[in-house]
Amino acid sequence: MKRTFSERLAILSDAAKYDASCASSGTEKRTSKGGKGLGSTESSGICHAHTPDGRCISLLKILMTNFCIYDCAYCINRISSGVERARFSVEDIVWLTLEFYRRNYIEGLFLSSGIIRSSDYTMEELVRVARVLRLEHGFRGYIHLKTIPDASPDLLAEAGLYADRLSINVELPTEKGLSLYAPEKNAAGIRGAMGHIRGRMEAAAEKAPSGRRPPRFAPGGQSTQMIVGADEATDRDILSSSATLYTGYRLRRVYYSAFSPIPDASARLPVIRPPLLREHRLYQADWLFRFYGFGFQEITESRPGGMLDLDMDPKLSWALDHRALFPVDINRADRETLLRIPGIGPRSVAALLAARKHRTVRLEDLERLKISIRKVRPFITTPDWRPTRLADRKDLRALFAPAPAQLSLL
Amino acid sequence: MTRLHVVTLPADASFQTWRDHARKLLRNDIPASFVEWRVRSAQDDLFAEESVLPAVAEGCQRTVRRGCVKLLQRILCHSSPDRFALAYRVLWRAGRAPGLIRDAADPDIAAANHMARQVRHDVHHMKSYVRFSEKQVAGSVSGSQARHFVSWFEPEHHILEIVAPFFAGRFADMNWLILTPKGSVAWDGAEAVVTREPCARETLEDETGHLWHTYYRSVFNPARVKMNAMRSGMPRKFWKNLPETGLIPEMLAEAARRGAG
Repeated sequence: MKRTFSERLAILSDAAKYDASCASSGTEKRTSKGGKGLGSTESSGICHAHTPDGRCISLLKILMTNFCIYDCAYCINRISSGVERARFSVEDIVWLTLEFYRRNYIEGLFLSSGIIRSSDYTMEELVRVARVLRLEHGFRGYIHLKTIPDASPDLLAEAGLYADRLSINVELPTEKGLSLYAPEKNAAGIRGAMGHIRGRMEAAAEKAPSGRRPPRFAPGGQSTQMIVGADEATDRDILSSSATLYTGYRLRRVYYSAFSPIPDASARLPVIRPPLLREHRLYQADWLFRFYGFGFQEITESRPGGMLDLDMDPKLSWALDHRALFPVDINRADRETLLRIPGIGPRSVAALLAARKHRTVRLEDLERLKISIRKVRPFITTPDWRPTRLADRKDLRALFAPAPAQLSLL
Repeated sequence: MTRLHVVTLPADASFQTWRDHARKLLRNDIPASFVEWRVRSAQDDLFAEESVLPAVAEGCQRTVRRGCVKLLQRILCHSSPDRFALAYRVLWRAGRAPGLIRDAADPDIAAANHMARQVRHDVHHMKSYVRFSEKQVAGSVSGSQARHFVSWFEPEHHILEIVAPFFAGRFADMNWLILTPKGSVAWDGAEAVVTREPCARETLEDETGHLWHTYYRSVFNPARVKMNAMRSGMPRKFWKNLPETGLIPEMLAEAARRGAG
C-alpha cells in the first residue's frame, strides 16, 4: 500500500528531528531582486516558528530517506530499528521546499539522509536536490546539506558549489564511543572529510595570482553535532573535542544534542530522560569559548570528574572558583576582565565601554545598560558600591545555588 | 523666551512629517522643554493651538551624526505617542553634544534605545511570522505566470516601510499582498507599494497549510518539552495568526502520554 505524501513527510521529518542544527545564518547576501528566481538570505537568519520543545523552525529539516544500511546504536534510523520507513524523490523535496518557501514558512532546506546502496549514491542524490533547486528553479534561499561519510571528493566539491553550509556529524566525542556504538563509521574518516571541507573553504576564499576566483564553496561554513549522554564521555571530553573542532577544523558551530530516549531504543543504551540541563550547560560553555575569551580547559579544570556544575552556569561557577580576581572595578577594568564578570555579556561590555567615555558609571546606571544589578553586585565595585567580604564567605556557593525545588511526581 | 510651542501630529505621522516640524523648531532655537508634542485625536479642531513659527533661513542649523539620524528614524516608527517629544529631546541635545547617543547610561538615550529595540523586534517578528496563502485567481491576466499570495499580519509599530524591501527582495517572482491594521504592502512584480490605510482581515484556506501542520507536528521532539523556551522565541501575542499553534495542546497531551508509558 502506497503512503500518501503527507504520511511520508511525517515519517521523514520525524526521523530528522534528532539533528539539532537549524541555523540559517552566516552565508553570503543574496536576493532575487530583478525578478530572477526566488528567495534571499539574511545575515542573522530567521526562525519562522517554534515547537513546544523550544527549538526553532528555520529550515525544512527532512531526510531524503530513513532507510539505512548502518547500525549506529544511538540512531533511530539504524537498520535494526523497527521504525516505519519512507523515501522522497528528488522532485518531491524540491517541490515541498519551494512551496513552503513561497508561504514564508522556512528560510530554506536542511537535507540529510540515511545511507542507501552506497555513500556515493546517497550523496549524489542529495547533491541533485541542491542542483535542481539552484539551477532549474533559481532558488536563492538557504541550503544546508549533510555530508555522507566516505563520499567522494568530487561530490563534496559539487555540494559546496550549491550549499550554504555542509555538516558531518562526529556523533560521539571519543573514538572509543564511536567504535563501540557506530561500528560502520570511523573517526579518522569523519575527521578526514572535515579537513577536506576546511581546505576547500580556504581555497575558495583566496584569489589566484591571475585574479581568477576559485569556485564557490559553502560560504556558510561547516558544523557538526555530538550526542550527549549516550556514552560515558565527560563534559571535559566533549569540550576538548569541541576545542579541536573549532581550532583545528575551523567549524562554525558544534551542536550538542541530549540523547533522547527513542521509541524502541536499543537495549544497549540506557533509557533515561534526555539530559537537557547538561546539554544547556555545554552550550553555555561553548558560548564562553566563542564569545567570552575563555579557554575550554579553563572551564573544566577545577570541576570534579570533569563534569560541569548542573546547579549554576559555568561562568558563575568559574568566578566562584577564582574569587581572588573579584571584585572588578567596572570603571577601570579592560574588556577581557569585564567579560569575566558573571551577569555581563559581550553586548553589555560594549555599552559599558562606550558609556565610560562620558561618565563614571554608578550602580544605578547599570540598569539602563541592561545589566542586572542583582547578578553582578557581588563581583563589582563602583564609586557608590563595594561588596563586603565576598572572598571570605564560606557559604558563597549556597548564595547562588537555586532554591530547592519540589520533586515532580513522575 | 518662555512661551510653550505646541505641535500636533497625526498618530501615524511619518519621520518626514516630524522632521519638518523639528527642523523649524531647531532653526528658531527652541529648546526641547518648550515644545509640547500632541497626537491629533478625532475631536480636535484641526487649527487649534498650533503655534506659528517665523520662517528662518536655512543654513543656521546644527547638524547631527548619521548614527543619530538612524536612531531617530527608528524611534519614529514606534507607536508610542511619546516618541515625538523624545526624538526632539535627543535631537536637541545631540546637536550640542555629538557623542551623546553612544552613552547608553543617559536616560534619554536609554529610552530611545529601548524604543529602537522594540521596533527592531517588531520588524524581525514580521519577517518571521508573515504567512502567505495562495489565492486562486480565475483566468490570469495577459497570460502572466505569476501566482498570487495574500497575508494578514498585525504589527505593533509603523514598520511597513522598513520591511517592504525584505519581502520585495525575497518573493520577487510572485504577486503578493500583506494586509495589516496599520496599512498594506503590495508587490506587483516591479515595485513594493506601501499604504497607511487600515485594512480588513482576509483569511484564505490553503491546501499546503496541511502539509505544514504535518511537518510542525512531526519535527517536535516529545521527549524534551520546554514551553518557556518556546514562548520566549514565539510570544503568545502572535499565536492567533499562526494556525499551527492550535496543535500545541494536542501535541503536549501526546507527549505526556508517551512520557508516562
